[in-house]
Amino acid sequence: MTETEGIDVAFRGRLGAFAMDVAFSVPGRGVTALFGPSGCGKTTTLRAIAGLQRLQGRCRVAGEIWQDGERFLPAHRRAIGYVFQEASLFPHLTVERNLLYSRKGQRRPAGEGESSVDFAEVVELLGLSRLLARLPQRLSGGERQRVAIGRALLSRPSLVVMDEPLSALDTETRDEIMPFLERLHETLSLPILLVSHDMATVERLADHVVLMNAGTVQAAGALHAVQSDPALPLAGRRDAAVSLEAHVEDYDADYGLATLAVSGARFRVPTEGLRELGKPVRMRLAAGDVSLATSPSPDTTILNVLPARIASHAASGTHEIIAVLSLGHAGTGARILARVTRLSWERLALADGMAVHAQVKSVALARA
Amino acid sequence: MEGLSPEVWIAVRLTVELASITTLLLLVLATPLAWWLARSDAWWKEVVAAVVALPLVLPPTVLGFYFLVALGPGGPGGWLAGLWGGRTLAFTFEGLVAGSVVYSMPFVVQPIRNAFEAMGERPMEVAATLRASPWRAFWTVALPLARPGLLTGAVLGFAHTVGEFGVVLMIGGNIPGETKVLSVAIYDFVETQQWHETNVIAGGMVVFGFLAVFAMMLAEKRMRPAGA
Repeated sequence: MTETEGIDVAFRGRLGAFAMDVAFSVPGRGVTALFGPSGCGKTTTLRAIAGLQRLQGRCRVAGEIWQDGERFLPAHRRAIGYVFQEASLFPHLTVERNLLYSRKGQRRPAGEGESSVDFAEVVELLGLSRLLARLPQRLSGGERQRVAIGRALLSRPSLVVMDEPLSALDTETRDEIMPFLERLHETLSLPILLVSHDMATVERLADHVVLMNAGTVQAAGALHAVQSDPALPLAGRRDAAVSLEAHVEDYDADYGLATLAVSGARFRVPTEGLRELGKPVRMRLAAGDVSLATSPSPDTTILNVLPARIASHAASGTHEIIAVLSLGHAGTGARILARVTRLSWERLALADGMAVHAQVKSVALARA
Repeated sequence: MEGLSPEVWIAVRLTVELASITTLLLLVLATPLAWWLARSDAWWKEVVAAVVALPLVLPPTVLGFYFLVALGPGGPGGWLAGLWGGRTLAFTFEGLVAGSVVYSMPFVVQPIRNAFEAMGERPMEVAATLRASPWRAFWTVALPLARPGLLTGAVLGFAHTVGEFGVVLMIGGNIPGETKVLSVAIYDFVETQQWHETNVIAGGMVVFGFLAVFAMMLAEKRMRPAGA
């Protein structure tokens, strides 16, 4: 990937009393989450990228300059697909006409190459075929949001942005939409910028993350790297965790255990569903579920006791330590987090560089 | 209706013509004005809004007086009339239309402005992110969403033009077939004590007024989208 294919953003400005100074570059593929507390400027950043809000700065997407010192492309000339927090469907148009608004009602616009997202494909991907003739007021909240996502995809975007697309929905509807978003992620090569203040959504969907706070960017990078950096706020959270990309290596039908391989380690995870060898999955390891031992103890019910090395550590509050572990005897594998008490840390005389055994009490599948 | 003098029918036709033309012109003029009032950040837009609303509070005779001056041979109306060989727009049908447009303007601008304001920024933003130019977004999103306001404005503008009296009398006078509309005709019939004609016209206008307002309320209720 060359630099010009990515998304390159820098905005600076003042909205009333709120000062913004935001700059980041993320790859032009996969899902990038803008993560931070409410009011930190995530939505403003998206609006500036879309050209709905004028801030000083520059914005380049997929090699095309949308804004710089001289130019400011108006919103309707930017190849962006915007999914708002509320579906914001046009109430006077049917679902089909909402979907095709950007194409002036044409299912297959004249002069369009095969490269653009196909109408039938989007309808199938988001399960909209039964809804096409309906008016928006006769849709459920989840259905509306699916139509809004489809409508954005059909506008031939080179970047899709979503502003908390799930936050206006109840938990049940959220669970209904999530699989569609995951399919989107797998099927489309379009980059997606997702604003969220919900860590579970980020852990499940994001490949990259931009951490924001009070109008500035604290860090940007691959999700796993940002999660496992003790200097960044994610590792200090009560619910700190890392997301690990793994693949199914084996399945033990007798015990119902799948073996999931990541760099430097193998995890055995109780599951019914993962019989398909080689299938990529995403695991979630919470820091609170990992404890440390200086020697492997065979007399334990914990299945996953893995050799690792302490890469670094940081205080978490006054009585706890967050340790970053590199999996494997040599300590060259994937990084995970462990939260231990300061008492245990001192009693075992733990230190950076030490070989330890990570006891992983439970592993969740964030995406399978 | 038996026994009504042909004068009544002439006045009815003239009134409907005047109100229709005025309403059409009002929709064309008031819609962009209402859009600007709903959208602009200019500090002086409320000044414009107040000027537009003036006919609500001014005595119609005051408005009529200024119109008389403006439409007369010495005013812009006279100059305009000169283009087709006339001398003045006062006491003409065209003059009545001009006066009615100004007089009924606030009744049309206000509901349309309210509709545009109630819509908020979001629909236009959505349209822009879907590649619609501001022009296309206005026609395909803003106008359809403002339909209840447009309808209310049209009905109010029409009914109010039908009901105007003072302005008409000042700038139109009382020329049958040219400027003698129903409201003026009633006045005449009362003066000449033609009670039958007076009763028919007055009663007819009450029924018309009721039907207009009632139909408008029904339509507005039905068109209001249930939110999406």
